[in-house]
Amino acid sequence: MSLQVAIRSKRFGETIVLRDLVFQVARGEVLAVLGPSGVGKSTLLRIIAGLDGDFEGQLRCEGRVAMVFQEPTLMPWRSALDNLRLTTGVDARQSEAALARVGLAGKGALYPGQLSLGQQRRLSLARAYAAKPDILLLDEPFVSLDPALVADMLALTESVIAEQRPATVFVTHAKAEADRLATRQMVLSAQEQTCL
Amino acid sequence: MTLREATAPRARRGPVSGPRPLPGWAVRVVSLSGLLAFWWVLAWAKADPMVLPGPQAVFPRLAAEAASGALWLHLGATLWRVVQAFAAAMSLGLVLGVLMGLLPQLNRWLDPWLVFFLNLPALVVIVLCFLWIGLNETAAIVAVAINKIPLVTAMMREGARALSGPLSDMAHVFGMSPVARLRHILLPQLAPHLAATARAGLSLIWKIVLVVEFLGRGQGVGFKIHLHFQMFDVTMVMVYALSFIAVMLAIETLILQPLEARARRWRDA
Repeated sequence: MSLQVAIRSKRFGETIVLRDLVFQVARGEVLAVLGPSGVGKSTLLRIIAGLDGDFEGQLRCEGRVAMVFQEPTLMPWRSALDNLRLTTGVDARQSEAALARVGLAGKGALYPGQLSLGQQRRLSLARAYAAKPDILLLDEPFVSLDPALVADMLALTESVIAEQRPATVFVTHAKAEADRLATRQMVLSAQEQTCL
Repeated sequence: MTLREATAPRARRGPVSGPRPLPGWAVRVVSLSGLLAFWWVLAWAKADPMVLPGPQAVFPRLAAEAASGALWLHLGATLWRVVQAFAAAMSLGLVLGVLMGLLPQLNRWLDPWLVFFLNLPALVVIVLCFLWIGLNETAAIVAVAINKIPLVTAMMREGARALSGPLSDMAHVFGMSPVARLRHILLPQLAPHLAATARAGLSLIWKIVLVVEFLGRGQGVGFKIHLHFQMFDVTMVMVYALSFIAVMLAIETLILQPLEARARRWRDA
């Protein structure tokens, strides 16, 4: 099992955000986490990513983690190629291959500011792809994109996941995206968490 | 859509019509020539070279001082003090400022100290350093550095506070090493603050170095200004002041500006 999560509680001050949340994600599985804004989806992802250690419970993450953020979160002062190379540690040839995989072949020398938003999103996905993760975390990566770009990115993400088969946790508030990508879905609500 | 139309919004060029603006170096030359002319007119109006000598009186003396070697000796002494104090103040201020910007607890405890040292008059620090350490080179460098460290700290603290949280999260998730994070995440974000601090720091430091030399050193531009001040030789005071301003202009143009341009290359791409 690649990812095991058992959160008894996560609070911000007096407010309990997550409670009694237990699940596992195996390699090749895609767990979609759905729910309205502010219910703790991103908090859950931050805990799994190791960015928030302040919770009661246990977390077992085996292997390499990569994440695709809501925003592209690129280093604007480094070229597209360096954004892959420096974060994932892969060599220039592998970075070029990752760029080509997301349709950015030949764009390696450009800075992120010279790419369109769609291309920046692809670069962000290429970074996760280049890392060859055992656990892939997707934090609403298609939010605020126009429908054509969402369809494009969904297809690309789907093929990347099918190729590398990481244990994937996909946070979204769009049911259609979850239906398309996920093998299982979990709905978080303010009262209780339901695992479907 | 043609290729030209597709790329036009990214080109960031000025309007196509109208006169082409002068290059940066030409503006500098014309602007400084204007200052020279302004000085010449003032001297001509005053018509008393004992009080305000014009360029025609100052430049021959400057050439003679340079030919004798004395000018280079004193410029070199002052420049070396500036370099040492600058290096000490920038490195200590950078570390302190970044730590205070990143650690709110440390900032709470050190902030009153920072306010105290920011408001400590330069002259007091210089006099106390000479009294406590002695009339020597160490006292001179320490006095200048102590004057400058609080300003660097305050400016770098602001830089550290503006650091991007999402980028730091990204570096953490992807497991970037501490050295890689420093080089590729932290320093590029601090670069504009570093450049502004270096610029403000250099001009402030050389002025304080002159006061230090004026009060207690036997070499340097400040010492020579003190000497000629006592003899009421305004021409020589201007010779040394102008020479060092020229040195600082050269450092700014040949070192600071190219470094800054390199750090902001990605913005102009």
